Amino acid sequence: MPEQNAKDSIVVHIAGDSGDGVQLMGSQFIASTALSGRDFSTFPDYPAEIRAPVGTTYGVSAYRINFGAAPITTAGDRPDVLVAFNPAALKVSLPVLPDGALLLINGGAFSARNLKKAGYAEDPRDTGELDRYQLISVDISHLNLQAVEPYGLSKSDGGRCKNFWALGLLMWMFDRDLKPVEAWIANKFVKNETVRDANIAALRSGNAYGETAELSEAVPRFNIRPAALPSGEYRGITGAEAMSLGLAAAGELAGRPILFCSYPITPASTLLHRLSRLGDLGVGTFQAEDEIAAIGAAIGASYGGVIGVTSSSGPGIALKTEAIGLAVNAELPLVIVDSQRGGPSTGLPTKTEQSDLYQAVYGRNADTPIPVVAARSPGDCFFTVIEAVRIALRHMTPVIILSDGYLANAAEPWRIPTVADLEPIASSAAPQPDTARDSQSLAFDRNAETLARPWISPGMPGLTHRLGGIEKDIVTGNISYDPDNHQRMSEMRAAKVRSVADFIPPQPMELGPESGELLVIGWGSTYGPLYQAVKEIRETHPGVAYTHLRHLAPLPNDLHEIIGRFMKVLVPEMNMGQLSTLLRDKLCANPESFCKVKGQPFLISELVEKMRSMLPPIAIVGRKPAAKGDAR
Amino acid sequence: MSAVMTAKDFETSQEVRWCPGCGDYAILKVMLKTLAEIGAKPETTAFISGIGCSSRFPYYVETYGFHTIHGRAPAIATGLKLANPDIDIWVISGDGDGLSIGGNHLLHALRRNVGLKILLFNNEIYGLTKGQYSPTSRIGTRSPSSPGGSIDTALSPGNFALGAGARFFARAVDTDKVGLGAVLKAAHGFDGAAMTEIFQNCIVYNEDVFADFTDRKTAAETQLRLTHGEPMLFGAGGEKGIRFDAETYALEIIDAKARPDEVLRHDEKNKVLAGLLVELEAPVALGVIYRNPATSFEASWYAPRENGLKRSRSVDDELRRTNTWTVG
Repeated sequence: MPEQNAKDSIVVHIAGDSGDGVQLMGSQFIASTALSGRDFSTFPDYPAEIRAPVGTTYGVSAYRINFGAAPITTAGDRPDVLVAFNPAALKVSLPVLPDGALLLINGGAFSARNLKKAGYAEDPRDTGELDRYQLISVDISHLNLQAVEPYGLSKSDGGRCKNFWALGLLMWMFDRDLKPVEAWIANKFVKNETVRDANIAALRSGNAYGETAELSEAVPRFNIRPAALPSGEYRGITGAEAMSLGLAAAGELAGRPILFCSYPITPASTLLHRLSRLGDLGVGTFQAEDEIAAIGAAIGASYGGVIGVTSSSGPGIALKTEAIGLAVNAELPLVIVDSQRGGPSTGLPTKTEQSDLYQAVYGRNADTPIPVVAARSPGDCFFTVIEAVRIALRHMTPVIILSDGYLANAAEPWRIPTVADLEPIASSAAPQPDTARDSQSLAFDRNAETLARPWISPGMPGLTHRLGGIEKDIVTGNISYDPDNHQRMSEMRAAKVRSVADFIPPQPMELGPESGELLVIGWGSTYGPLYQAVKEIRETHPGVAYTHLRHLAPLPNDLHEIIGRFMKVLVPEMNMGQLSTLLRDKLCANPESFCKVKGQPFLISELVEKMRSMLPPIAIVGRKPAAKGDAR
Repeated sequence: MSAVMTAKDFETSQEVRWCPGCGDYAILKVMLKTLAEIGAKPETTAFISGIGCSSRFPYYVETYGFHTIHGRAPAIATGLKLANPDIDIWVISGDGDGLSIGGNHLLHALRRNVGLKILLFNNEIYGLTKGQYSPTSRIGTRSPSSPGGSIDTALSPGNFALGAGARFFARAVDTDKVGLGAVLKAAHGFDGAAMTEIFQNCIVYNEDVFADFTDRKTAAETQLRLTHGEPMLFGAGGEKGIRFDAETYALEIIDAKARPDEVLRHDEKNKVLAGLLVELEAPVALGVIYRNPATSFEASWYAPRENGLKRSRSVDDELRRTNTWTVG
């Protein structure tokens, strides 16, 4: 019988050529993980090229999965299991593997040519450099071809099934039911029975390989307990799925359709793909000719009374900037989704970064403030985009929602909310026609609390008015070049965005006391590693607390006071210190920055190390700090 | 709202601020009259403009109006049309706004055949920025930014529209009330993107640039007024005609009295003919040059949506349409 390894959580890292089907294998493994009731977090990491040259280290596509019984919030620092489809995949993955990790290698791909392409002078299986690990080398290429041979596929088509062969073996290691994956294959290849049958055969063959007695000694089996998640109905969800469903839900809550206007760009396009299939949920999509047309059409949609949404990543948002100014000046609601990626310019299109915060908060000509919110996890994209729509409709303003490449593609189990139970979204209502007044001025009567003007759209009788990017008279809404009026209008636009803070609930602490030694402030997708890292450090330093911001502009009203209750403040972010600047600017705070711009999420270990460096060596309550040394 | 609107009813309270003598005044007057004549309703009519002298137009029409940003009016109008296809949308643009900074949007609005009535006020100059040469300026145009004369080849709005796949292209002269009114009505009646080039006189920076064919005294000799199915005749007594020369693949002027059978009849569905007509320099072709309807973008976009943009089920349903599991 195979050994039963009982663990709380485990990290599996799958790596191969970008044509090896690694992302598909990872997402199917996750689907089975979800159904088995384990908590999980994923990190797909793929190259920018669609099909990078075969066998090269820069063409390696990877998918990391962390799953288990404990609450899982990151994809894990160190993989316990590595599945490597070729020498290049092994080479780029080795540096992050801990000693003792299990290596499952496709031995069939370790040809002299592939070894050379990966930069190996000799086969690493023979040099002893893998002795620190538990190595299982299986000729997956050959065994897979054998399994699919009866279906008469060409060698190259048959070879494409090897991700399912490997998945079959992986599922055996983790005691998973094959049925849901088989059902998925059957549905995916419904029009091609040969490919369907070959993939299922490969899956079963890999699974049976693990089962066969001769290998049961070599291939360990892992028994991971189900997670103790709060009770409820769950599903797996990626950030892009949550964002698209959240937009549809926001439309339902507001009783208005959504018109999503976008231009293809990595990593934001997934959202356009998802929403294109949600027509029956009151969502329309429009693929525009460029980024500017996309936001232009979204503004036109909002002008027409539906909720206009546009989406891009940093470079595309830059192109939309002038139009954002128009929406501010015309006081129209608009939601702008920014799926951030590494920059500047084209930068690292498929890698994650949080470096568009300046652009979102400050990046426009003139004094053009707008609210900015950010999502913290895949599932949180759902609620954050609803909040963005709520702010846009309540205050008649464009709102930027910051996501990133990691959030868009990563998956987690998600307790399914009931939209009918969420608070409806109120619009700034159109007035009744009033023949005693010029209809132009009716369009600029402001709500005293939100400073929103009414949302009046073509089609409404008796309310015709002219709108535009030229400064308007604060009362009549007609063009005005009056100096005092521009001052008043500029102050009004600032006050309108500030008024958003009056609707933000008190800023909650994720972990730790209300006051103490060190406050860690996070925003966006760093939530997972920050949560785990603070949890870990609190075992020795209970004076550390953690809060995570959804609202970045305006900041929560109580944040200044919260910061004042701590001796030190640490802001870790995947940029060169942008939130730190914002906190210095808006709250006169003096945080310490911890920046990482490697296109990869934070590791828990590096966060813990950073926090430790800011704290006394040992925190023992009730004792004086250790005396300093003799050095003078 | 009174049942019958007059041209006067479509005026706003705003003082019109174009230069005295600007061709835009004449266009505005014809537009207000046309709105009354076609029975336009203020609440279902919208004027969307970009930036430039012509783009001030919406402030002077008592309908919905949106003065947007430079070159982007067709994109914004497309969003409005998808949001509410019942709105009659007029896009007001100029040669700089529509063909230079906004060339991309105009091209795509035309090829998609979005139901927009696009009026391109062509004066071959940038007026609002004080007289620089524009994409339609002829080679050699002297301007503050081209003191030695411009060197760029001029863009032909007609060729641009036809090349982009426009299904409607017409032309009129700003001060020609009858011709302009007829073209505006034709554009309004077209289901799809209708582009109209209006030769507009910029009295300050490019005065009389079109005088060679707009001068009323010589108009009979310099203008070819097109009517679908009718022979292409011009001259004081209609003594000149247009013939297709099969050897040179070009249009030529012939004596219509001597060779009446060879005079071409206008066929507004013929795109090859339209291409020849927009190139004709003397006489200049006016009226509806090309009109060949096809399904509009909004019609295709709404075709699979039985309930329009209304939701037919709740998001709660979609949230649970995947594999789910229950904890606790």
